[in-house]
Amino acid sequence: MSTILKVDDLVKNFGGLTAVSDVSMTLNDDELVALIGPNGAGKTTLFNLLTGVITPSSGAISFRGPKGTVTLNGKKAYQIANLGLARTFQNIRLFKDLTVLDNVLVAMTSQYKEGLLSTLFRLPSYYKKEAKIAKEATELLAIFDLQESVDVLAKNLPYGIQRRLEIVRALAMKPQILFLDEPAAGMNPEETADLTRLIKKVQREFHITVVLIEHDMSLVMNLAERIYVLDHGAMLAQGTPTEIKQNPAVIKAYLGEEVS
Amino acid sequence: MTILKANFKYNVSWLIIMVAGFYLMNTLMLMGIIDSFIENMLVVIGINIILATGLNLVIGFAGQFSLGHAGFMAIGAYATAIITTNSATAGGFYTSIVVGVIIAIIAAIIVGVPTLRLRGDYLAIATMGAAEIIRIIINNLQITNGPSGMFNIPQFATWPVVYIMVCVTTILIANFVRSRAGRAIKSVREDEIAAESAGINTTNWKLAAFVFGAATAAIAGSLDASYLQTIAPTNFGIMESISILIIVVLGGVGSLTGSVVAAVVLGILDTALQNFGTLRMVIYAAALILIMIFKPTGLLGSHELSFKHLFSGTKRKGRVRS
Repeated sequence: MSTILKVDDLVKNFGGLTAVSDVSMTLNDDELVALIGPNGAGKTTLFNLLTGVITPSSGAISFRGPKGTVTLNGKKAYQIANLGLARTFQNIRLFKDLTVLDNVLVAMTSQYKEGLLSTLFRLPSYYKKEAKIAKEATELLAIFDLQESVDVLAKNLPYGIQRRLEIVRALAMKPQILFLDEPAAGMNPEETADLTRLIKKVQREFHITVVLIEHDMSLVMNLAERIYVLDHGAMLAQGTPTEIKQNPAVIKAYLGEEVS
Repeated sequence: MTILKANFKYNVSWLIIMVAGFYLMNTLMLMGIIDSFIENMLVVIGINIILATGLNLVIGFAGQFSLGHAGFMAIGAYATAIITTNSATAGGFYTSIVVGVIIAIIAAIIVGVPTLRLRGDYLAIATMGAAEIIRIIINNLQITNGPSGMFNIPQFATWPVVYIMVCVTTILIANFVRSRAGRAIKSVREDEIAAESAGINTTNWKLAAFVFGAATAAIAGSLDASYLQTIAPTNFGIMESISILIIVVLGGVGSLTGSVVAAVVLGILDTALQNFGTLRMVIYAAALILIMIFKPTGLLGSHELSFKHLFSGTKRKGRVRS
């Protein structure tokens, strides 16, 4: 296991508020890490920093990509995404008025080229490219049982399926790290169980690093190999699920103090 | 090869419609059913189709609310006016279209890079200002004959030329929208943050749509100048931008077919009301209000006429299978 992402002393200030302070963490190849913490602990802010949606006030993020180690500081969100860091959002952000297939195809945009001329004049190469890329996307959708819904508009899908599609869209980018921001939010126990299976499947079949923000402890303890705990923007603890369950600081901050 | 064959059928269907439309109009003209009055209406409709589909690309597909379309139209119009006045040949006319398009593209890049960072109302105001700057520059130049405008421009944009240009620009825009580029610009419209996170360079794609829209507006401007033979800076003010916007909204934001239908409906309505004198604008406005009340998403919403769906007998919208 080697390090794929290394975060050093990351800080984010919003005016006088320090949302993330001196956070350091490392992610290894092909592991499933959970990021937990009470509401407002800075989990989503940390995700936004790592994926370039917002820029850090200080600190360094380095990523070992296919072309060697690069720093992610100062890179735009789309550049970071194209390097291989894909994500989903806490409040689903699908392209609602596009079909399921188009949602996935958008995520593949940087993986193929259609020349301007062959696009505008519909040259044979355009049709070949379109057919090839659509086939690839449909195959990916089929892995997640979405092949029946390719022509459905994303907004017309049931909630649980929308979550699933968002994960598929992220996977379509062929990422090396997948960030899932509260994937089980708003799901009933049955849907959560489905999701747990889905995440396991993603890990098994794609061999990528998955980082997960989640409040559902059954899901976290069931899935995560390692857990990071954030509280008030600072990294409170890290360790295996068993270690975290017994860590008094975590119990105090996250689950509340025991009433004696 | 099967992919090519399947699409061949749809493409041939479109071609047949376009050629048939041309011959139908031509025959009606030869028979005298379409007089010069109606021909004038057809040309105006054609130019409005080019303008509306181009603006719909920017507003409806890329989701960038631009109110500066008339500015780019002015660039095309003046390029044609100046060049064909000096060289009154068909070659000069087509060169002038190309020159107009190139200048419009450059202007769109200069305008777009700073303004496309803005959103919604702010972008609308900024593009409106940019169009006004273009108009004022034209107003103050010697070569454009200042505020009095240019007249006696040689007429090369006859009805067949306009018809062919309408077909060509519509095909190009439709092809652009249904491609990798089209999906990318639609994703920007749907959710900019999600698009960025999906690896889309949103700034570049917004600019691409904006520049493409501006280029088609310049073509429309060239045709307009050459057909009407008289242009003045006042023709390209904010009211022109708004009347193009009305066509887009009325037809359906995000529907090219809608823009074509709305341009035709409004063109006919406008002509039919010519006899009503001052009542004309009242009825025109009332018709607009009624359509917006009963069909707030525009005549066609975001639906498109598609042979693929006609032939396979399926309807894409609203079908839920999961």
